[in-house]
Amino acid sequence: MHVALDRIGKSYGGTPVLDEVSLSLPAGRVHGLVGENGAGKSTLARVLCGAVRADRGRVLVDGREIRIRTPRDALGAGIVLVTQEGAVVPALSVLDNVLLGTGGGRYGVRDGAAEKRRYGELAARAGWEVPYADGARGAHGEGPYGVGAHGMRADPAPDPGARVGDLPFPARQRVEFLRALAHDARLVVLDEPTAALAEADAARLLATVRRLAADSGIAFVLVSHRLDEVVATCDTITVLRDGRRVTTVPAAGTTPRELLRDMVGTPVAALYPEPAPVREDAPVVLAVRGLSRGRTVRDVGLEVRAGEIVGLAGLAGSGRTETLRAVFGADRRDGGEVTVAGRRVTGVAGAMALGAGLIPASRAEEGLVLVRSTAENLALASLADRRRLGFVRREEERRTTGATAERLDIRGAGPDRPAWTLSGGNQQKSLFGKWLIRRPRLLLADEPTRGVDVAARAQIHELLAELAAEGVAVLVASSDVEEVLGLAHRVLVMREGRVAGEFARGTAGAGDVLALAGLR
Amino acid sequence: MAAPLLLAAALSLTTDTFLTSGNLVNVLDQAVVIGLLACGLTLCITCGMFDLSVSAVLAVSAIVAVETTRAAGVPAGYAAAVATGALMGTVTGLVTVASRVHSFIATLALSIVYRGLAVILTGGAIVYPHADQLDSFAELASPTVLADVTAPSLLLLGVAAVCWLLQSRTTLGRSIYAIGGNPEAARLSGVRTGAVRVITFALSGTCAGTAGLVMATRSGSAQANTGTLLELTAIAAVIIGGTSILGGEGTIWRTLIGVLLLGLISNGFNLLGWNPTYKQAVEGLLILAAVTLDQFLRARGGTRGSTA
Repeated sequence: MHVALDRIGKSYGGTPVLDEVSLSLPAGRVHGLVGENGAGKSTLARVLCGAVRADRGRVLVDGREIRIRTPRDALGAGIVLVTQEGAVVPALSVLDNVLLGTGGGRYGVRDGAAEKRRYGELAARAGWEVPYADGARGAHGEGPYGVGAHGMRADPAPDPGARVGDLPFPARQRVEFLRALAHDARLVVLDEPTAALAEADAARLLATVRRLAADSGIAFVLVSHRLDEVVATCDTITVLRDGRRVTTVPAAGTTPRELLRDMVGTPVAALYPEPAPVREDAPVVLAVRGLSRGRTVRDVGLEVRAGEIVGLAGLAGSGRTETLRAVFGADRRDGGEVTVAGRRVTGVAGAMALGAGLIPASRAEEGLVLVRSTAENLALASLADRRRLGFVRREEERRTTGATAERLDIRGAGPDRPAWTLSGGNQQKSLFGKWLIRRPRLLLADEPTRGVDVAARAQIHELLAELAAEGVAVLVASSDVEEVLGLAHRVLVMREGRVAGEFARGTAGAGDVLALAGLR
Repeated sequence: MAAPLLLAAALSLTTDTFLTSGNLVNVLDQAVVIGLLACGLTLCITCGMFDLSVSAVLAVSAIVAVETTRAAGVPAGYAAAVATGALMGTVTGLVTVASRVHSFIATLALSIVYRGLAVILTGGAIVYPHADQLDSFAELASPTVLADVTAPSLLLLGVAAVCWLLQSRTTLGRSIYAIGGNPEAARLSGVRTGAVRVITFALSGTCAGTAGLVMATRSGSAQANTGTLLELTAIAAVIIGGTSILGGEGTIWRTLIGVLLLGLISNGFNLLGWNPTYKQAVEGLLILAAVTLDQFLRARGGTRGSTA
């Protein structure tokens, strides 16, 4: 099957987000789609899958025009979307999720044995082993990432009986993949599939993509911010800028730097700002001793001094996020002590009173109130500072939020428009703004640049360096090892809930960190 | 917001009586009880919660108003009704927040408890103030104050104004919106989500208690099944006004428009002399039409969610 997009156009309220974009997607090929946030790549992916309706242009399958008006139309044509967060039904089993919407069974009555067989076939196509299906393969390991019978690391499919809600991110994504296969997908659209994955899981995922393209002749569209993986995985890469196609090049003949140049339109300077040295006499702001929470955080100890940026690196599930949340008091701790400026922290209110702020990992779920205005979001953490007899001092609020929006270069339709109208980068900057207004002493930043365009990413990196230079203690966690190494004075590597080791700035590369993190 | 205007225009053209001050005053007066309930519910729903106990709170408050009047006089009766609403709302809030049961379920269960309490208080009978108190007890319901506008109407407008100030000008209002829009983001920003939720329920209870008082003074009596199912009509009014049932969005003045729309529908039926047998069915369909129209107009203005 050969899918082609012919001069696709789409506007929102008069603003074009896609302008005459054409792509050719032959079977068995992986096509990369890169561009800054707002360049139109996600919109294009959604047009292809029927989630967004194009205003203009045609979709051709083997030269014949087809109409894709709903996701169902796309499915009918063999086009499936696999998202970043996983569009799965958490309450159902893996097997149910994979076979969801495929019908099957006789007279609507399900045939358990046949379904299990089908699951095995699908997993085999993806090149994954089914862990203890029917108990027959029980010898094969201790869990989803167990060690195979031959001492080799098996690449496992999720346990078909497991509840999807209990699975970690990477396994959920595998469920979506298998579902795409179950629907007999001919073209799979991957929208930021690796954004939430640690390097090892991302590498596995991309290996699966290559395998399926080669063995099953499935065509892929890979939308991603990680340019190195796009170059390594794709056959062809298209760069979008401001809704237009800038160029389409063979992956073999390009580099991440060249792609970046095409994306931004201007040459890119140094990637990470050099942090100012920490002063000799800088006091310890954050001290954590013996911090524990369930199995996710085990006996974690660390210190961050004023003006210091400490990075937390580790694979997915290593406990980075959980550590930050427990430090901030967002989750209950089982043990250990956290002090900020020498005072013990209990709970969010206590942490905030001592000058701490948390940038949570997911801005949509934990960070912003998307239906409320940008200004209200900026003001939310410091409401009590501008309260008179219960009323908001609105003049002062407008000044403060306005100045913060300006300092952070938050650009959008206006401070009174809902935060969901902002681009990802501007949303993320708003999240920082909320804490900047409080003049924090300690900033805990989890995934500070997830799903953010290149320009905003650089601005956020600059901001973190600036804040540290002003004396703020910064603890930053990221699944992007390069980012942690590039930003921090010191990097702590987490593994299975513990701090496995530490590297001073410049003494380690991504490989060293990942080795210590437990990547094999 | 197009629906009430269309309806009002249609009624002014098709009837001689709609656009008279007497009729408009009448529509407002009849909307008072639903309006008071809807004010409290707007706060709850924007905070991401339902309060299905309001009509039961209304009944208990009405009964307490009568009983206290019998025991301690009219002013004490009035005060007791409002205080009962506030107290019961606080209890609803504490139970809902502490039990962590979804507010829809928790308040549904509590509404049954409160109805039961009303039965216990009255022994299943209708209660009246003493005969010599009846006139002064009905004082609130009868007088017309400003150009025929009744005291209960002014009470509703006053409560709505306070709620509007609360929503748009106070830190409490901001917290309510934030919790309704994203409770986890609010909590991680230092908003005391539990306390705010309890206060919101307490305010809703206060509104319901006030509504109970209005009802008792109008009928000069109270009974255990007073106002049954009014909570659903009030929720309908809030939703017609465009408040998101997902929480985080919605304002009082829009709710008032929703309340008036419902009032206009039944008023129109009377004025046009249509067979009241069809009233309920038409009411339901008009609610559906109004909400659909509102949603359609909003969708054209830009869809919610999704970053590019």
